Amino acid sequence: MPLKVIEKRDVEPLVRHLMERFQVVGIKKKDGKNTYGVIESPAELRLDSCATIASPKKYFFPQRETLLQFAVDGSWEPRAVVEAQPRIIFGMRPCDIAATWMLDMAFSEVNPDANYLEKRKRALVIGVDCQEPCDEYCFCKSMGTLEVETGYDLLFTAADDTYIARTGTPEGEALLEEWGKAREALYEDRIKLRAVQREKEERFKEALEFDVEELPRFLEDSYRSLLWDVLGEKCLSCGSCNLVCPTCYCFNVLDEVKLNLSEGERYRVWDSCQLEGFAKVATGENFRERRGDRVRHRFFRKGKYMKEMFGRFGCVGCGRCTRACLVHINPIEVYNQLKGGE
Amino acid sequence: MDARLLPAVDLDTIFRPRLAQLLNVEEMTAKEKLFTFQFKDGTPLGHDPGQFVEVSAFGIGEAPISVSSSPTRGDTFELCVRAVGNVTNALHRMAPGATVGIRGPFGRGFPVDEMRGRNVLFVAGGLGLVPLRSLIHAVLDMRQDFGAVTILYGTKNPSELLFQKELAQWEARDDVDYQVTVDVADESWRGNVGVITTLFRGLPVDPRNTVAVIVGPPVMYRFVIREVLGKGLPMGRILVSLERRMKCGVGKCGHCQINGVYVCQKGPVFTYSELRNLQEAL
Repeated sequence: MPLKVIEKRDVEPLVRHLMERFQVVGIKKKDGKNTYGVIESPAELRLDSCATIASPKKYFFPQRETLLQFAVDGSWEPRAVVEAQPRIIFGMRPCDIAATWMLDMAFSEVNPDANYLEKRKRALVIGVDCQEPCDEYCFCKSMGTLEVETGYDLLFTAADDTYIARTGTPEGEALLEEWGKAREALYEDRIKLRAVQREKEERFKEALEFDVEELPRFLEDSYRSLLWDVLGEKCLSCGSCNLVCPTCYCFNVLDEVKLNLSEGERYRVWDSCQLEGFAKVATGENFRERRGDRVRHRFFRKGKYMKEMFGRFGCVGCGRCTRACLVHINPIEVYNQLKGGE
Repeated sequence: MDARLLPAVDLDTIFRPRLAQLLNVEEMTAKEKLFTFQFKDGTPLGHDPGQFVEVSAFGIGEAPISVSSSPTRGDTFELCVRAVGNVTNALHRMAPGATVGIRGPFGRGFPVDEMRGRNVLFVAGGLGLVPLRSLIHAVLDMRQDFGAVTILYGTKNPSELLFQKELAQWEARDDVDYQVTVDVADESWRGNVGVITTLFRGLPVDPRNTVAVIVGPPVMYRFVIREVLGKGLPMGRILVSLERRMKCGVGKCGHCQINGVYVCQKGPVFTYSELRNLQEAL
């Protein structure tokens, strides 16, 4: 796929151009914090900041999403609802691109989920490489998500006054082609891209004291560890980690009758495996009643179960759960503790 | 992943239920009713014994319910439901003619074909008889394909016994060894008293050719599995059906997960071999 070069000063016109055909989503400031949101004016888009509170998964898997509509007249006649619109996520970080791959797998295997997949298929992803670690909580390098090879239509890397764009798909290439202001990369641009990547690599430190491929084994060997009790005593079961996690996709399904009492809908909402009732059945049995068991379940999902199901880790090292955690449970520390004295 | 490589998908989604009509309601106990349904388009449910469906009481919600009837018995299907939550209480308020939504059947049912030719030892505790009945009926309807059939059933007290007419029929059959016990008797009870494991004393079981099928509350499994292992049964011929919160039924929502296993996909029926190292299972 060809390399293209875009002048930084041309990004705003590019965004304006894209806004004519797409809803453009990107990182912007909201109440002083970085957040993925709909870009209302091109100047809002911040390609150089990172560490958003929530992940961009909400554009493929919204917090609340209608699945069905039905008539409240005894006939019911349920209608499947799939909402999707053309959208560009401009400035998705490599960790979030890796997380999106995970969601793609989860929602396409066995029973393909149209509500996710239609939104996903209509979206174009313009990624932006990270040049600096977000903060001391991110550990993408250790999780292997500092660099991504796929999952983007275009991937921008900042180099001096330009962005050097790798094209990941024909759609991404066509987007720049049609805009017309990106130039072909020269030999010097390639050299520059490699230099930027090399220098960047050094700024990111390894956070884990072991090769992450060892993680499933460390978890397996620690299933009965008292560590889970200790974390369970700390954890408040608030579920914040699940809300901000870019790969958490568990949900609940609820019905609602509209105020007019003639229409109703069924919708899904994000759920959290850390909440007390998550695994509770109607007869009262709760299969993960202890907080420590719920914390363990979350760490096992990220570090073992998803790896077994899909071949990659459910944790992308974004650090969001640590930032959101009220009691400072930090997966870097937990993973390193699991390693023990080995 | 390149979004173009994502699978094509039906916009009439995995979440849309088919409509079914309630044909009959029969009171079983103070808490359980038996509901007979038929799809409005006349198609059969097409289930295997041991599978479950997601039942919609529109406007209230959706809940996983195990199918209690056997596919050997016509195009209607039966669900025996205890009133414990919003959806099940809504079902209990319904009268024949009412419409519900059904998704499914979901999950892996009992391996009927692999059980053929073998003795079958059924062990049901409490509501466990509900899913087990789908298999008991299938086995009794193909009675000549199976060896000795034993049914052990236990409830807390006599008033909780389900399907009492059928229990009397099983009792009367020469080709079924039916035994029942209650934890606590009342004045009218003349039968066994004690937990279900008391029925195993002196129970003849040929470990070379018997399949045990055990369905009951979580606490029952550990004790009953111990009994059948004690009779010499191999772990692969001990079958159980696990209750979990199967909210979506399609392997997505996460509620039914036991360690790394989605019960709605790999279960609810498991062999004990499959569960022995799944710490959260039993």
